[in-house]
Amino acid sequence: MLKGGSRDTSKLLMERSVPGRVGVVTPELDVPVQPLPDGELLRDNLDLPEVSEPGVVQYFTALSQLNFSIDTQFYPLGSCTMKYNPKVNDEMAFLPGFAAIHPLQPPEQSQGALELLYRLQDFLGEITGMAGVSLATLAGAHGELAGVLMMRAHHQANGDAGRTKMAIPDSAHGTNPASAAMAGFDVVTLASDAEGNVDLEALHELAGPDLAGVMITLPSTLGLFDQNIVEVCRIVHEAGGLVYGDGANMNALLGRAKLGDLGFDVIHLNLHKTFSTPHGGGGPGAGPVCCAPILAPYLAAPIVTGNGANGSGTDSGYSLSIPEKSIGKIGGYHGNFGVLVRAYTYIRTLGDAGIKSISGNAVLNANYLLQALRDIYYLPYDRTCMHEVVFSADWQRLRGVSGLDVAKRLLDYGFHAPTMYFPLIVHEALMIEPTESENRDTLDAFIQALRDINRESEEEPDMVHHAPHTTPVSRLDEANAARHPNLRWRPSE
Amino acid sequence: MSPDDRKYTQEHEWAKLEDTDARLVLVGITEFAQDELGDIVYFDLPAAGTEVVHMEKMGEVESVKAVSDLFSPVTGKIEAVNEELVNHPELVNDDPFGNGWIMKVTISDLSELDGLMTSTEYDEYVGGN
Amino acid sequence: MTTAHFQSHYIPNTEEEQTEMLATLGLSSIDQLFHDIPEEFRNPPLDLPAPLSELEIQKELGALAGRNRPLGSGPSFLGAGAYHHFIPSIVKALMTRGEFLTAYTPYQPEVSQGTLQVIYEFQTLISSLFGMEVANAGMYDGATSLAEGVLMACRVTRRDRVAVSDTVSPIYLQVIRTYCQAHGIRIEVVRHWEPEVADDTACLVVQYPNFYGGLEDLGEFCQLAHGHGALLVVSADPMACGMLNPPGHYNADIVTGEGQPLGIPVSYGGPYLGLFTCKEQYIRQMPSRLVGRTLDSQGRDGYVLTLQTREQHIRRERATSNICTNEALYALASTIYLAAMGKQGLRQVAELCYHKAHYAASRIEELPGYALPFKRGPFYQEFVVQCPAGPAEINRRLMESNILGGLDISIPPYSDPLPPDLDQGMLLCVTEMNSKDDIDALVEGLAEFS
Repeated sequence: MLKGGSRDTSKLLMERSVPGRVGVVTPELDVPVQPLPDGELLRDNLDLPEVSEPGVVQYFTALSQLNFSIDTQFYPLGSCTMKYNPKVNDEMAFLPGFAAIHPLQPPEQSQGALELLYRLQDFLGEITGMAGVSLATLAGAHGELAGVLMMRAHHQANGDAGRTKMAIPDSAHGTNPASAAMAGFDVVTLASDAEGNVDLEALHELAGPDLAGVMITLPSTLGLFDQNIVEVCRIVHEAGGLVYGDGANMNALLGRAKLGDLGFDVIHLNLHKTFSTPHGGGGPGAGPVCCAPILAPYLAAPIVTGNGANGSGTDSGYSLSIPEKSIGKIGGYHGNFGVLVRAYTYIRTLGDAGIKSISGNAVLNANYLLQALRDIYYLPYDRTCMHEVVFSADWQRLRGVSGLDVAKRLLDYGFHAPTMYFPLIVHEALMIEPTESENRDTLDAFIQALRDINRESEEEPDMVHHAPHTTPVSRLDEANAARHPNLRWRPSE
Repeated sequence: MSPDDRKYTQEHEWAKLEDTDARLVLVGITEFAQDELGDIVYFDLPAAGTEVVHMEKMGEVESVKAVSDLFSPVTGKIEAVNEELVNHPELVNDDPFGNGWIMKVTISDLSELDGLMTSTEYDEYVGGN
Repeated sequence: MTTAHFQSHYIPNTEEEQTEMLATLGLSSIDQLFHDIPEEFRNPPLDLPAPLSELEIQKELGALAGRNRPLGSGPSFLGAGAYHHFIPSIVKALMTRGEFLTAYTPYQPEVSQGTLQVIYEFQTLISSLFGMEVANAGMYDGATSLAEGVLMACRVTRRDRVAVSDTVSPIYLQVIRTYCQAHGIRIEVVRHWEPEVADDTACLVVQYPNFYGGLEDLGEFCQLAHGHGALLVVSADPMACGMLNPPGHYNADIVTGEGQPLGIPVSYGGPYLGLFTCKEQYIRQMPSRLVGRTLDSQGRDGYVLTLQTREQHIRRERATSNICTNEALYALASTIYLAAMGKQGLRQVAELCYHKAHYAASRIEELPGYALPFKRGPFYQEFVVQCPAGPAEINRRLMESNILGGLDISIPPYSDPLPPDLDQGMLLCVTEMNSKDDIDALVEGLAEFS
């Protein structure tokens, strides 16, 4: 199926199964055999594969080689911050003192873990300019849910249950409206202006007694710093609403601006974006929630407090606690601890100076791409961009080559595709986020590839239209997959 | 060119009178709509017997990466839905004005059809888009 | 060490390269790139510690880790939702391959077949393990998975009243309440021996084995729920399904679970893995990603994310859930684990847990002052012991011998559903990680309070 040398992956586990093979030898029972329960409770149809250990290793290794990844390819997927994931972070998370502690062990047996969490809360509060931090949320969208539930709880506590509307920009990630709906809000769309900022007139119209708040991504998904942001926060607050910040794009702002200073009331961070924890093919993430003092009593449980005076961290140790008016427990335990260890490690190895050079170089790299490609790819918002640049393939479209085609052709050049067709307000959008961890040679090679593809769109549009040509599979029939869902292997096949 | 034997809505549904005495109307979506949607993968439709109301949501149509509401062009009771669409939603891509019909409705008031666009009006409406 | 310029080892651009790149933009400093930030808010003071080298961070974290007591450092009998099981070396070796670890969500299927095929395998193995028709690509953890199962049951039945058995994990119950708080859903905690289900109840929610270790009659629950047009939603331990008939066998409608026992370290509570399965007729109401098998333009087999119209990036405020990032890496870990354990290994491990737990229970029951209040019913690897002294005090004494005892369930919320005479309860868990010597040491430690 794939290039020479790799082992065949066409057979699934159940198809490689050979009766009698084992992948693990289990220990002998060292206690007397006990009576089994009623036979009706016991199963006789455990359909799991029988594969030897080398068989498992060979299969999964070969599968891994079908993937693009940060370690193997440039991965400029906009809004996803595909930066280098430091190996030391993983090693620290796997220390037995972290990986092998049980979440319900008493605090005296987990003081090291609690102290780490306490310090991380402090770091994230400092970076965002926020007073309260909860690490309990397990992904970005989970953080959003917690944050908007906190807004709801705040309004209800103020006897303001009539605030049912959540205003969300037309450029927002889908998680924003989905989270607002899960927290019981009615979503209203907030338009962007010609500069890509929140349209202040539109906001004024929405800013009434039924407005619960707005959810703003800063920089926006257009890769732009909203020049109206301070005014946006003022208008919302004046109307009695609250401002939620989606921290997906925080890589641009590390050390450059604090969302708390700008007027945000509650935000979430994506540690699997900004703070370098690996995406793992779609998770795990961590979505800590940071908030202003007025919302801190509502934070998701638990948070870590010091046992000293006023919850300060001291030699007297640390505990898990439930904020006074908490929206409740939002996950099984205390957050995705292994991810939190990685983020802590990252922040410590960067320190004050390093944090700022992350944002500086992320923004520099994005603007370098913007400048080098603007003559051949249409730039709908012609401004200095932040950590990512959004082009449109409108000019290529005139020659019958879509944004999708350009993106797919990049795969043939050995680059992962940018984010396509998002944000929704840009036609044929190609959203490119290089991150700070790519070097100039890589950026130059990527620029050259996009210039070559532009040329190909003139000379051989049909070839581009059918790209990719060199990947393990070509374009897949997604319509067939959705019309006739085949979601698991079945023996009859 | 849309067929002139039926009427059209601004939401790209069509309604074709099949049987005047029985007030039976065939309902579907237009060629323009199926083209905009791309490969259609699923219809979420009410069961026969359900009442539908002119220009109120009657169901959903899904393509691979989009969901759109379907609006009923007429008020009345659903007599039948096109069962073929369960396994072959692509019929609507292939033949939106024919085999890709969506449902049959007994219209409450035949004059409701007069309020819909003619094929000429609809083609102009779409051409202007 | 103080230098004017700190060059992080994670950033390739040198100062000189930055200057050259800035020159292509007609700029002379990086600060100029940030001119859109209002000046009074630009470059705020940042009170973070100075950078550490890798050598130093390893020391610092080694010291912090050293102040925790890992499960493997002595006999440990704490479970209650997070379980100490053996993890074969190949799980970590394979899941930390950069090609898996540093890939994003497989939105570009042509260059993500590795991740996609793994998820398809995961869906196959998990649905099979739970005896269900379909599994999704995973949720955050067992608690959130169950909460989403409850929301889904409300969508499917268009009802907003939920009956939760009092033997469901009190932790999971709290998360269900958090998820349901904005939807006007009425949560009723019902007695497990006579759960009340009404004609407007969306679902009956039970746990298998239940939080206190017992195995209840899922078939009976199912009949009861279905008799009222309600769904049966189960949270199940996948490891127990290695030997016990799974919830699907009893006709459950939605089966969720904590995937952590399948090759994932306890890691102080996360990252874990939410398992989520259901009957095929409900797939359009399912939360989270699904991978499907299809063909490429040349007729070759391949895998794609499918039925995405359910999800937030398309349906936005009308999505089945807001979930986006899930726990794909741990779905991979559990798939590797299940592939390695296989048909025989998983059954053997489940049976090791069963026999060791029952051995421990029978030894403890012989101790004067100790009683097994739920002994008459069948159990798997966990059981409740009524102790002759406060469980916290017993645990403190056990720890003096480096034995981690069970969960103290004499305090809320664990004590909430327990009868008043069960006032000094401890929930003990025994797995294949506990040797006979471990168990005997526990019994000896407990005997001191007899």
